[in-house]
Amino acid sequence: MSRGTVSPVGARRAVPLLEVRSLQVAYGGIQAVKGIDLHIAPGELVALIGSNGAGKTTTLKTLAGLLPLSSGQIHYDGKSLHNIEAHQRVSMGIALVPEGRGVFARLTVHENLQMGAYSRNDQHEIASDLARMYELFPRLAERRGQLAGTLSGGEQQMVAMARALMSRPRLLMLDEPSMGLAPLMVQKIFETIRDIAAQGMSILLVEQNARLALQAAQRGYVMESGSITLSGAAGELLGSDAVQRAYLGS
Amino acid sequence: MKLVRKSGVQLAALVITLLLLPFITDALLGRGWVRIADFAMLYIMLALGLNIVVGYAGLLDLGYIAFFAVGAYCYALTGSPHLALAFPMAFPDGVHLSFWIVLPLAALTAGSFGMLLGAPTLRLRGDYLAIVTLGFGEIIRIFLNNLNAPINLTNGPQGISRIDPVRVADVSLSATQNIFGIAFPSVHLYFYLFLAFTALVVIVSRRLERSRIGRAWMAIREDEIAASAMGLNTRNLKLLAFAMGAMFGGASGALFAGFQGFVSPESFSLMESIMVLCMVVLGGMGNIAGVILGGVLLAILPEVLRHSVVPLQQALFGKTVVDPESLRMLLFGTALIVMMLYRPAGLLPSRVRRRELGSDEAPESL
Repeated sequence: MSRGTVSPVGARRAVPLLEVRSLQVAYGGIQAVKGIDLHIAPGELVALIGSNGAGKTTTLKTLAGLLPLSSGQIHYDGKSLHNIEAHQRVSMGIALVPEGRGVFARLTVHENLQMGAYSRNDQHEIASDLARMYELFPRLAERRGQLAGTLSGGEQQMVAMARALMSRPRLLMLDEPSMGLAPLMVQKIFETIRDIAAQGMSILLVEQNARLALQAAQRGYVMESGSITLSGAAGELLGSDAVQRAYLGS
Repeated sequence: MKLVRKSGVQLAALVITLLLLPFITDALLGRGWVRIADFAMLYIMLALGLNIVVGYAGLLDLGYIAFFAVGAYCYALTGSPHLALAFPMAFPDGVHLSFWIVLPLAALTAGSFGMLLGAPTLRLRGDYLAIVTLGFGEIIRIFLNNLNAPINLTNGPQGISRIDPVRVADVSLSATQNIFGIAFPSVHLYFYLFLAFTALVVIVSRRLERSRIGRAWMAIREDEIAASAMGLNTRNLKLLAFAMGAMFGGASGALFAGFQGFVSPESFSLMESIMVLCMVVLGGMGNIAGVILGGVLLAILPEVLRHSVVPLQQALFGKTVVDPESLRMLLFGTALIVMMLYRPAGLLPSRVRRRELGSDEAPESL
């Protein structure tokens, strides 16, 4: 279905952590996702790039269970996610950092992180995970008692990421983490994403900033008006003419 | 330790003041004001119930008084001779269940009505939700108004009268009782009953606010998408908020029916819903102390006006120019506009709002 696969992505691993087949999603009367296939192997960092309105956010929301799909299958860890609600997917290990961060503005940073662990009830582990988050994001440790709504955009992105990590996900989905952030902060956030990936987390990264996303990822998918038009190893996508022209402006 | 002792002393002082309040009020202002204090207490319970729905979960409910009505009619039907009219064979003397049996039933019935309202409105937010809840409140009132035919269930606009008074340990609260040689008039007795219930509602509210559920409600209020992405079952949590708020409303309704001895649909108009919402907003949404303050102020204000406006106008103009009732609405409106301009978070903003100003470092615990 892809117009030009840059390179064969190697042999598919036996059990991908996430496998999406001919996913279609209608959203507000429009067919926003028109039958896409994608997969993520355990421990892989995969970028989903494309311009505004290509259907990237819709895809993520559907994977998280926040939107119903009209057809197709989603398999996670070998199991179908059919009829599994959003809150159940979180306990299965799927976490979404929503577009625009979605921090709980009038809760403190600490309470935000606690909410991330809502689906868990291992109190001791939660406490040590909280400590780990403050290690990962020292800025948040300084601001733990502050209302999340009063933080800067970058700090809010950190809250959103730390909160998602508090659910101990196996698959972390990030929706436009660089949106509206200062360049320095974008660097910082991406460093953290690389760190998290290096620890073995599977990540699906949705970005408009194609260069940054492909530099961080191992593989990438290019989405255009609801379809995946290109996929392959991130380095090769970065070098491909089509991506260069359409998303990297050179 | 010192802090504990200090707050203990404050609490004791508060309790003693509240216990003496009916006598002080009676001596200074007259018995009518004790009755007003009783009503203020009912309003506080209602406002605290609505605060769960609006303040914690952020669901704008403009028909909240319907749950108060459901609770009130629960006790009106099961604690009065009225059902003898509809079912003379089954209940020749009406039904006279004990208040203490009806109270939990009224709360549960109102809670189920809360679920009934919640279920179809789960996907609605903000103004859309407000319109549907407003409609729901009106539907309940209209039902109460018209369910006097074909079977006379509610007695229509005439309402139900001769409702049994609340009895505590077989002592009726509707008559003056002598306890330890002190005469406690009925309004005083009800004051203590309502005080106890208000205290209970405050304690439950506080526990809820600091619970996992309370925090989950606030997360939904802040960002529903993010909340469900965090693994919150937003559907059940919202239904629970509606049901909990409605249960508080239903329990206060039963108390109201026992206290008044009479209920009619007129008491449950849209204006009452708006009054209760004003109490929550004026005092400080989401903050228990603020909501109590809002309840006291808005329950007393109309009475103050009623007692001052007419004599004042008589003295100034020799006749009554403005009706106190219309003046009340004018003042409410002005107060709300001024509040929104200068203190948008309410008279006593919630702990979170205070922290927004950076003065209160919250003690954190899991």
